[in-house]
Amino acid sequence: MYKNMTKNSKKLALTGGYAAAEALKQINPDVMAVYPITPQTPIIEVFSKFKSDGEVDTEVIHVESEHSAISACVGSSAAGARTVTATSSQGLALMNEILYIASGLRRPILMLVSARALAAPLNIHGDHSDVMGARDSGWVQIFCSTPQEVYDKTIVGMKLAEKVKLPVMVIMDGFNTSHSVENMEILEKEAVQKFVGEYSPEKYLLDIDNPVTFGPVALQNSYFEFRKDLSDAFDTVEGELEKIYEEYGHISGRSYKKIEKYKLEDAEKILVAMGSVGGTIKDAIDKLREDGEKVGLLEISLFRPFPYEEVKKALKDTKEVIVLDRNLAFGTKQVLASEISHSIGKKVKSVVYGLGGRDTFQKQIMDLVKGDNQSGYLL
Amino acid sequence: MNKELTKNLASGHSACAGCAFPTIVRTILGESDVPVVISNATGCLEVTSTLYPYTAWKVPYIHNAFENAAATISGVERAYKILKKKGKIKKEIKFVTFAGDGGTYDIGFQSLSGALERGHNFLYVCYDNGGYMNTGNQRSSATPFGAATETTPSGKMSFGKMEVRKNLMDIAAAHGVPYAAQANVAYLPDLKKKARKALETEGPTFLLVFSPCTNNWKFPTSQFVSIAKLATETNFWPLYEIEKGKYKINWATEKPKPVEEFLKTQGRFKHLFSEKNKPVIGQIQKMVDAEFRRLASLVE
Repeated sequence: MYKNMTKNSKKLALTGGYAAAEALKQINPDVMAVYPITPQTPIIEVFSKFKSDGEVDTEVIHVESEHSAISACVGSSAAGARTVTATSSQGLALMNEILYIASGLRRPILMLVSARALAAPLNIHGDHSDVMGARDSGWVQIFCSTPQEVYDKTIVGMKLAEKVKLPVMVIMDGFNTSHSVENMEILEKEAVQKFVGEYSPEKYLLDIDNPVTFGPVALQNSYFEFRKDLSDAFDTVEGELEKIYEEYGHISGRSYKKIEKYKLEDAEKILVAMGSVGGTIKDAIDKLREDGEKVGLLEISLFRPFPYEEVKKALKDTKEVIVLDRNLAFGTKQVLASEISHSIGKKVKSVVYGLGGRDTFQKQIMDLVKGDNQSGYLL
Repeated sequence: MNKELTKNLASGHSACAGCAFPTIVRTILGESDVPVVISNATGCLEVTSTLYPYTAWKVPYIHNAFENAAATISGVERAYKILKKKGKIKKEIKFVTFAGDGGTYDIGFQSLSGALERGHNFLYVCYDNGGYMNTGNQRSSATPFGAATETTPSGKMSFGKMEVRKNLMDIAAAHGVPYAAQANVAYLPDLKKKARKALETEGPTFLLVFSPCTNNWKFPTSQFVSIAKLATETNFWPLYEIEKGKYKINWATEKPKPVEEFLKTQGRFKHLFSEKNKPVIGQIQKMVDAEFRRLASLVE
């Protein structure tokens, strides 16, 4: 769709984690506060090596927990610094309290998440339990399905955060994406620097001539308005993200949308999913179509705010919608299935897959589409 | 009010009459010759100074949560370092954290330890009122042995808190910080000296300041200075500092007053004066004497 305007873009084979670190290197943020956790660690290890080799100026704070990582990020961002972090699973759960404070204080922090299962039992592999637990914490959530997307959306996410003054999570599937190597293309550092621009906050702690109090007490007469303002800010995200994707398309030649459509035009059955499973589903769709099944895939890239209108339009003519959740909600309907059902105003077929890194095979998807699996699980 | 005194923390905050921490905050910040940026843990100081749409802070201030004031200032301090290097910030700035004992000894313990270990250039001040006063007087690990709180009430089977206070000074010093000192709101010249030294020392520094709470220690508002003074005169709260590992006692007397003199001024120790609990006072006296001897033995 776009022509690549960057003369010296480079083709490389990188994992999702490395791609994230590469994008962060090119952004060259002021501060990164991090704590190790699998499968996020490659991001901070690669970035720390960049720091040791003098390839970034970033102050890397190696804190003693994820709680302190996000706490230091709030401090750094309030101080006026472009701030990033990364985490997974238990780490994101430990950050939970401060996620709400980061968004409540309107801090444009960028967080890379290698999405992973939550204990118990302990499991270090990929699923979406961690990020689903943070879905209503006031963070924008953008899903990636490939290392290329991780690289691109890290750059886009940084710009979006600062534009809408909201924290942004860029999410990749733990191991499936974070540790899988893919051929991809990166931009020149200068192009990335120009794209994200200089960060110049309006109000910040280090502006000592204009002292500001961050994080006051707000009671019955004002708390409600603060929270409503935060909610209203989410109304601006979809429009701004579209503009930023458009702009990014011009420098990268790669086009992104809030939702991605695959063979939807004539589809009678549409699968809906997020993250790395998209590739497997597309292969299954190609095979199913050879057998005459009119089936397509709708990938949700922007999960918070949820693009209800676009989803509604994309699914309006289809007979059957099958929603795949990589998370198990307890005592209620599955999260993505509920969102899709709400978007189109009718019931959907809900399936849970891939918990704790369980592989999802093409055949399972094909059986699902053919109606051979009615269990609600791809076990 | 005195303009010089209120140049950092204004009057009009809603701390109780007879509360010690406004004096502590003003005295410490008054010793900085350069601008300061503050981080503050959730607690009495925070809720009484930042009730939206007002703020008593005339200097940049951030409250993040209860347990992370040290982690928060870590981020602020590193942001300063890089932005100064990049030429975006020109001025010299000092960084000061204020937290109560709950936010320091207990829930903020890990965050404090991490920040001290990483060596951020900041001063951490704990105003120690021996309990969770903002939530209505529950025990913390700083609550003195024998004190009655809402969660360690005295009764037929209890004389109040049965555990000894955590020794936070030694823990802070064990991080190898260049300067840590114990001070008292009743000894302002000493507090000033310590604040100045802490602020002028490169690296993480730590002040533990005795901060009586009129409401929950249960004493008349006019008495906070005299009660604080008794804490030091009885050796219940010795004034000392640990500079590059060397201990120095800043105030001592040949004849310390009996600890009973301090205990009898406050409602939280009232139950110790019953016949049944009298032996506990003797126990406290022994603990105070032993601790002071230990401290004296550390002085070269």
